[in-house]
Amino acid sequence: MRQLAQRLLGPVTLGLLAATIWLGLWVTPPDRVQGDLARLVYVHPAMAWVGLYLSFGTATIASALYLWRRTRSTTMDRVAHCAMEVSLVFIVLTLVTGSIWGRPTWGVWWAWDARLTSTAILGVLALGYLALRRANDDVELRARRSAVFAILAAINVPIIHFSVLWWRTLHQGATVFSPDRSLKIHGLMAWTLLISFVAVSLAYAWLVRARYRLEVKREAALGQSLEGVLERRRAEGVR
Amino acid sequence: MIRTAMLVAAKDLRIERRSRVLLWQVVPFGVMALLLCGLALGPVRAGHSNAAPGLFYVVVVLVALLMINRSQGVESTPGTRASVATLGLDPAGVFLGKSLALAVELWLAGAVLVAGSVLVLHTALHGTLVALPSIVVDLGALSAAGTLYGALTSGGAGPATLLPVLSLPAFAPLLIAGERSFSAALYGGALWQWWVISLVALVAYLALGILLYGVLEES
Repeated sequence: MRQLAQRLLGPVTLGLLAATIWLGLWVTPPDRVQGDLARLVYVHPAMAWVGLYLSFGTATIASALYLWRRTRSTTMDRVAHCAMEVSLVFIVLTLVTGSIWGRPTWGVWWAWDARLTSTAILGVLALGYLALRRANDDVELRARRSAVFAILAAINVPIIHFSVLWWRTLHQGATVFSPDRSLKIHGLMAWTLLISFVAVSLAYAWLVRARYRLEVKREAALGQSLEGVLERRRAEGVR
Repeated sequence: MIRTAMLVAAKDLRIERRSRVLLWQVVPFGVMALLLCGLALGPVRAGHSNAAPGLFYVVVVLVALLMINRSQGVESTPGTRASVATLGLDPAGVFLGKSLALAVELWLAGAVLVAGSVLVLHTALHGTLVALPSIVVDLGALSAAGTLYGALTSGGAGPATLLPVLSLPAFAPLLIAGERSFSAALYGGALWQWWVISLVALVAYLALGILLYGVLEES
C-alpha cells in the first residue's frame, strides 16, 4: 500500500497540476474587478501555503523532534533540512508570483508592506538556516544548532499570518480562512483553488521525498569515499 | 542560576575592562558610523531629519554585532568551552550572565551614541531623555537575542559573517520597535505601545535563551 502510494505520488501530482492549469487558464471565468490577473489566485496562495506553513512547519516540527531526546534521530535532521530547502524555493516563488501580481495592481514590483517584508525576512531566515548547516562540519553539532535556529525562525510565521490584521497593509486579507469565517471565493473558482492547494502540496511531498533520498545517497557516498580514503591510508601504513 | 549568571557576567566584564576593546575599538567605530550618517544626510538635513532615530538604531546594531562576536570570541580559544563544560555550570546561568555582560557593554556604548545623536544628528535633548527607558529595554533585548545567536554561530566556519545573516532578521522587530518609540518620544506618538513590544521581546528572548542555550552548549 505504501509502495503504491509512493509510486502514484508523481503521476497524481502531475495530473492535478495539469488540472489546475487547465481549470485556472481556460475553464474558470475572469474576475469582475481584476480580470484575467485574478487567475494568479490559483498559483500564488498555494505556493505561500506550502512555503510558509506546510514546509516551514515540517522543518520546525522535525527540528523540535530532533531536540527532544526521545525522538532524536538523523531522520528528523534530514527531514528538517530537506523541508527547509523546499520551503526556500516556495518562498522565492511566492515572492516572485506576488510581485508579478503586485505590479499591475499596486503599480510597483515591491511595496514595503508588512506581509511582503515579513515573508522576505522568512526567506532570508531559510537561507540563514542553510548557511548555518554549511558552516559546521560536526554532524551532531550542525543538527543541533540548525534545529534551534529553525525553531527561532518559526516565530516569524505567525507574524506573517497575522500581519494583514495587525498592520494596515496593501496585501488583501484571507480569502478562505478569514476571521469572520466567510468564504470570499465561490463555485468553480473555489474548487480550482482547492485543487491547486492539493496539487502544490503533493508537489511539495514529492520534492521533499526526492530530496531526502538524494541526501541519504549523498551521505552514503560521502561515508564510502571517506572509508575508502582511510582504507588506502591504512594500507599505506601497512606497507 | 543567578549566582552562575553573576559569576559569568563579572568574568566577561573583567575581560572587557582589561582588554579595553570596547573603549578603544567598538565605541570609536560607533562614533565614526554616527558621523558618517550625519555626513550622508548632509549639513542641512542632518539637523532636521526625522531619520535620526533610525540611524541611531542602525549604528547600535552595527556596534552590537561587533560586541556579540567579541563576547563569543572570548570563549572560542581551544579548550575554553570544554573546560567551562567540565565546571558543570548551569547553562541558563551562563546565558543570563553573558547576556547581562553584553547588555552592560551595550548600555555603555549606547550612552555614548545617545550623546552623539544629540550632538551630531541634533535630536532634541528632552525627547532623547524621554526615549531612554525604551532604549535601555531595547538594548537589553538585543543583548539577549545576540547572546543566543552568537552561541549559534560560534565555533563554525566564518562566525563573523554568519552572525549578521542569522541575527539581523531577528533584530528587525527590535529595531522597528526601538526606532518607533524613539521617534514617538521626539516627535509625538504611541511611545508606550512600542516600549511594551520591546519589553515582550526581552522577556521572550530571555525565556528562549534559558531553554535553548543548554542545547547549544551540549557536548
